[in-house]
Amino acid sequence: MTPPARKPLTAARMAARTALILFLFVSVFTALLAGAYLWTLPSIEAAAAEEKMKLIDEVLPRERYDNELLGDALVLDAAPELGVDEPARILRARKNGRIEALVLEAVAPDGYAGRIRLLLALDAGGRIIGVRVIAHKETPGLGDYIEARKGRGQARPWITQFDGLNPAATDAREWRVKKDGGRFDAMAGATVTPRAVIKAIRKAALFVAANRERILASP
Amino acid sequence: MSLAELRRIAVNGVWRQNTSLVQILGLCPLLAVTTNLVNGVMLSLATIIVMALSGAVVASLRNLIPHEIRIPVFVLIVATLVTVVDLVFNANLHRLYLVLGIFIPLITTNCIVLARVEAFANKNPPLQSLLDGVFMGAGMLWTLALLGGLRELVGKGTLLSGIDMVLPGFDPIQVFPADYPGFLLVMLPPGAFIVLGVLIAWKNWIEARAAARRKKPRSAPAADSGSH
Repeated sequence: MTPPARKPLTAARMAARTALILFLFVSVFTALLAGAYLWTLPSIEAAAAEEKMKLIDEVLPRERYDNELLGDALVLDAAPELGVDEPARILRARKNGRIEALVLEAVAPDGYAGRIRLLLALDAGGRIIGVRVIAHKETPGLGDYIEARKGRGQARPWITQFDGLNPAATDAREWRVKKDGGRFDAMAGATVTPRAVIKAIRKAALFVAANRERILASP
Repeated sequence: MSLAELRRIAVNGVWRQNTSLVQILGLCPLLAVTTNLVNGVMLSLATIIVMALSGAVVASLRNLIPHEIRIPVFVLIVATLVTVVDLVFNANLHRLYLVLGIFIPLITTNCIVLARVEAFANKNPPLQSLLDGVFMGAGMLWTLALLGGLRELVGKGTLLSGIDMVLPGFDPIQVFPADYPGFLLVMLPPGAFIVLGVLIAWKNWIEARAAARRKKPRSAPAADSGSH
């Protein structure tokens, strides 16, 4: 199939040939990409779920439930009380089918440096089992004591003060830092951060209490 | 491939044409990621994989790629390989993936990858191109490791923080006492520029000294004539 003396290609044929070659390259490499995506997809999903479970383990011990927690989510439409923009996902931890605890995310919009994301676990009666800060941009060394890991000479992490409390059953005036007449400790010089966290926790717990029927009843 | 050729490729990549110290390419990851040693090393490893594979693939296909559209095809190949590396990191080193974040996809835009593909792999056989990618990456690796290590040591007083994300069970080393106050400037991007500047000066100093030593025997007779 040797052509007699190569004819110079016209511009149109040249363009068509180049386009075809480029198309072939794109097809082959897109197929490779799709293959790699499908091949890694299960591990990526498992890794993301494991990362989430690690966070949840800090607020809710695994002994307290026996269901597939991440698969049992109740999606509520936008809930401004929780401070989240997207529909709120409330995870329901069950033991023997009965709802024992709820795990949800709340956002404190008014931290010293922007939003503070929190993860809360509440028991069926509305009491706080545990709270952790998932993400924040507070000043390192000053406002970051809200993280459980940054203890600094305290008897116990600051964020554990909330354990066992029921915001719906306590006076609103207690839900302030001590400096403002409430019950919670705060470090001198960094009270904006704890104020925001306390407010967000209380709002989220009250939201759950107000919607308790709906959250517990819906399948 | 001869040994001399291998040696040339290796010396070029690791020292003479060092991407970070001589070509000063790929500053975006260099500044952002080298706040500690582990990040610098891991980003470099990802870059080495991408550079070696893209070199080999481009060199194997170089006779099939029309000259006019070589750049889009190169970008396509590099982007595919980077995405695959990104997916593999996400699947197997998830914690580290969250730390390196956007900088793995950004390897695509790291001009050093495209530069080596265009300047070397496009004109050389696959094996040489693969080795060129490995050694260029190795040059980046030791530079980013040194840069990240220095910044971490001076800025935070530790070494190897975050190692547990790569090798579970290993702990970071606290070099300075725990109450070391840290040196924030070094941790911020300007600190990366300053430390990089020091490293470039150090490399130039070594080369200047080597050049002077090479010149000495030849210039010695000139001194005899006493023409000062």
